[in-house]
Amino acid sequence: MSLSNYTIKQVEEMLKKGEISAQELVDLSYKQIEKVDGEIGAFLSLNEEKARGQAKQLDEEKAYKGKLSGIPGAMKDNIATKGMATTCASKMLENFDPLYDATVVEKTGEAEAIMIGKVNLDEFAMGSSTETSAYKKTKNPWNTDYVPGGSSGGSAASVAAGEVMFSIGTDTGGSIRQPAAFCGVVGMKPTYGLVSRHGVVAMAPSLDQAGPITRTVEDNARVLEVIAGYDQRDMTSVKKDVPAYSENLTQDIKGMKIAVPKEFLSDGVDAEVKEAVENALQMFELLGASWETVSLPHIKYSDAAYYAIAYSESASSLARYDGVRFGHRASEFSDVIDMYKRSRSEGFGDEVKRRLLIGTAFLSGDMNEQIFRKAQKVRTLIKRDFQAAFEKFDLIIGPTTATPPFKLGEAIEDPLQLQTSDMLAVPANLAGLPALSLPCGFTESGLPIGLQIIGNHFDEQKIYNAAYAYEQATNHHKKRPVIGGAEV
Amino acid sequence: MKFETVIGLEVHVELKTQSKIFSSSPNAFGDGPNENVNPKDLGYPGTLPVLNEEAVNYGMKAALALNCEISPYTVFDRKHYYYPDNPAAYQISQDEFPIARNGWIEIEIDGEKKKIGIERIHLEEDAGKLIHTDDGSLVDYNRQGTPLIEIVSRPDIRSPEEAYLYLTKLKSIIQYTGVSDVKMEEGSLRCDANISLRPVGQEEFGTKIELKNLNSFNFVREALEYEEKRQAKILSEGGSLEPETRRYDEKAKKTFLMRVKNVEEDYRFLPDPDIVPLTISEEWVERIRQEIPELPDARRKRYVEELGLPEYDAGVLTSTIEMAEFFEETVKHGADPKQASNWIMGEMSAYMNKHQKELPELAITPEGLAKMIGLIKNGTISSKIAKKVFAHLVENGGDPEEYVKREGLVQISDEGELRNIVNQVLDENEKSVQDYKDGKKKALGFLVGQVMKATKGQANPQMVNKLLQEEIEKR
Repeated sequence: MSLSNYTIKQVEEMLKKGEISAQELVDLSYKQIEKVDGEIGAFLSLNEEKARGQAKQLDEEKAYKGKLSGIPGAMKDNIATKGMATTCASKMLENFDPLYDATVVEKTGEAEAIMIGKVNLDEFAMGSSTETSAYKKTKNPWNTDYVPGGSSGGSAASVAAGEVMFSIGTDTGGSIRQPAAFCGVVGMKPTYGLVSRHGVVAMAPSLDQAGPITRTVEDNARVLEVIAGYDQRDMTSVKKDVPAYSENLTQDIKGMKIAVPKEFLSDGVDAEVKEAVENALQMFELLGASWETVSLPHIKYSDAAYYAIAYSESASSLARYDGVRFGHRASEFSDVIDMYKRSRSEGFGDEVKRRLLIGTAFLSGDMNEQIFRKAQKVRTLIKRDFQAAFEKFDLIIGPTTATPPFKLGEAIEDPLQLQTSDMLAVPANLAGLPALSLPCGFTESGLPIGLQIIGNHFDEQKIYNAAYAYEQATNHHKKRPVIGGAEV
Repeated sequence: MKFETVIGLEVHVELKTQSKIFSSSPNAFGDGPNENVNPKDLGYPGTLPVLNEEAVNYGMKAALALNCEISPYTVFDRKHYYYPDNPAAYQISQDEFPIARNGWIEIEIDGEKKKIGIERIHLEEDAGKLIHTDDGSLVDYNRQGTPLIEIVSRPDIRSPEEAYLYLTKLKSIIQYTGVSDVKMEEGSLRCDANISLRPVGQEEFGTKIELKNLNSFNFVREALEYEEKRQAKILSEGGSLEPETRRYDEKAKKTFLMRVKNVEEDYRFLPDPDIVPLTISEEWVERIRQEIPELPDARRKRYVEELGLPEYDAGVLTSTIEMAEFFEETVKHGADPKQASNWIMGEMSAYMNKHQKELPELAITPEGLAKMIGLIKNGTISSKIAKKVFAHLVENGGDPEEYVKREGLVQISDEGELRNIVNQVLDENEKSVQDYKDGKKKALGFLVGQVMKATKGQANPQMVNKLLQEEIEKR
């Protein structure tokens, strides 16, 4: 048996009928990790003893009443876990114990999910390939010469490789959706404010959102309804009832109106990706939806605005790593300023340093007005573009990424190319909109391609319905990667 | 050349909310190092600031009492600088959109009333504290996150004395609102001063010098006086000043250079994305306005106009809310306002000064004081005995009437009894009687003293005077 053969709902039924136990599920998870993770490298740390203990307790109680009862899941390692290292894949936070649990950790725990371990990411979520991790390279389960995407590369790879049934990632500029697309799984970046950021280590707080990565749309909806909701510990979280997305799922999307921004299918988009998206649009037509091409005129500036805002906020949010209270402290220094300099120079990797330097510059002197504040204005214009589109359309659809996955080492030397890979993902972050990526085909060489569905604020249900209808009408989600000669 | 002094003050006031401004840790003074600290206060990754509404309410209350306009839209910003007492490497403060603007404080100088403008008031968090030891420096983060308001005056102050009066008034007003202890010795009120000189008649400001380490209002005045002279001397001699920060040395009574400010420090302000901008409705402002008690100026006016107190008394009594409330309660319990004022400003203040005590620490109640004043008025005790009664009340409280009875301090006003005592005294002091008759009027004082001595001070003094004269006449 493999975790990849079942949905969360199916597992729930099996548990209740006594066909499987939570302990067996956890065992499947750790066996698969043992089997494939040496090659995939998704996990940074395991929680085995505690996980097995929790599973045993669930089996003894036999109630399985939580929405994720007995389900093996993983957390991106920039999500705070009490008593368990939270490294952000950085030397700066090696063995760092945050002393508290993130809200998403509490919520999945209350739903009786079992946390199998913490997964890899680009250092402090800065990157698009998980190659900037200070600890290990994670490989794409579909072809280990390729990157899994990033920054939630470990999250997407752990699900694609059948190691866990869900993985919580974070998305600041595509960090859930791009790796989900690269790894052929479903990734949702919820509306800004839907999921509490309490305990999610900040990269750029006005853009960051945590969200689920799963194998199917239904699983995804189920995990989101568990982790979403108002949290008084996060002022930006929104007071709003969370619908039971997974129970409300429908394949009936007749009459749904879809907008396809021409900017999303520009010449910069790879031909195979374009073709897969066009095929998907035809499928939506067959399902009774209609689509038309529109223009979001300011979207061409979203990259520039994104980098100005994300880098500035990152420089501010990562200023706290100074070696005074926690994290890496240089062993030798002459005075306190020297201690800051050495600790930060030693603790951070190159990509983080590059972004912090640029971000600090963006906030300094005249640039604060000319770059950072101007980017905020552009952000408002981009939001308005989307608002106008959502007055006439239900959803916006396009590719998740402009290209299929790239090879390890191919882009890491070229930050600009890495940036282009996020081009289509960042507008949803800037506008705070929910956006999902799901598989919509494969390249000739067998690498996954992702379709991006963007909805209006808090329209997660509509996104899930369209994604569900498309998923059930196609077979992409049934395909499995082959690792070490065996299908996952 | 004659110079005009221009002073602006920046005052930080700690708000005594239950918890910190952006975390749930207790906001308390005097606890052991790092006792009131949670992961948020230490800047731990993933923690988020949550704005404490009580801090906003307190800030608004102080701002309204200082005649400010409350901003309907207010934003919190990150102000970046590296220092070990600043855990996130940014302080959450307010830059472009402070909570309040355009207030004023009225002072009285040389009998003239003058309004000193307040440019802005903003909310921010306090930093931790460094403790330097021989083995290195330690950090105590208890104070990290204590809510502060920074009150920035306009450069309307024209002399060190005006600065002193502004601060005294500001402290008194804030103290009335109850949002802060405003104790400089505990750091709940801190003041920095900016001072520049310009030739009389010139509109353009001179070079601004910032003064720090001003640990009392007197030191603020002294430091400004010193600085005024220092700058005038340099300018008169044709010299020029550079913008700099100077610290005041209380012992040397001089200011010393800390650093020259060639370049404005760049704090790289960023609207804090973790804190949703705050919209403050008219209703909210009105609700807070209703909570503000009658302020010192209004009270002072009422004491003069309605209770007939002299301006001076009214000013002293209203300088702290505790004293004003004590006074009013005493009057409510039937005491004559001027008598109540005399006792509070006299014996009671002297006692507090002597024993370094605050009014709430005294055992005497307004009711007790009122009763005691009543006993003087109806002749039960003499003013002299009253001092003894007061000394008891101030330390032990209780009912003065009972005390007077228990201790047998009731004044002797019985004419027959007193006349007997008077005659006894006269019999024993024939020489003094003769002296008085010979025109030495002073001798009467001596005889009064002897009667008082014989009655343990309980004789009614007016009656003793009258009876002595009558009985001497007879001899």
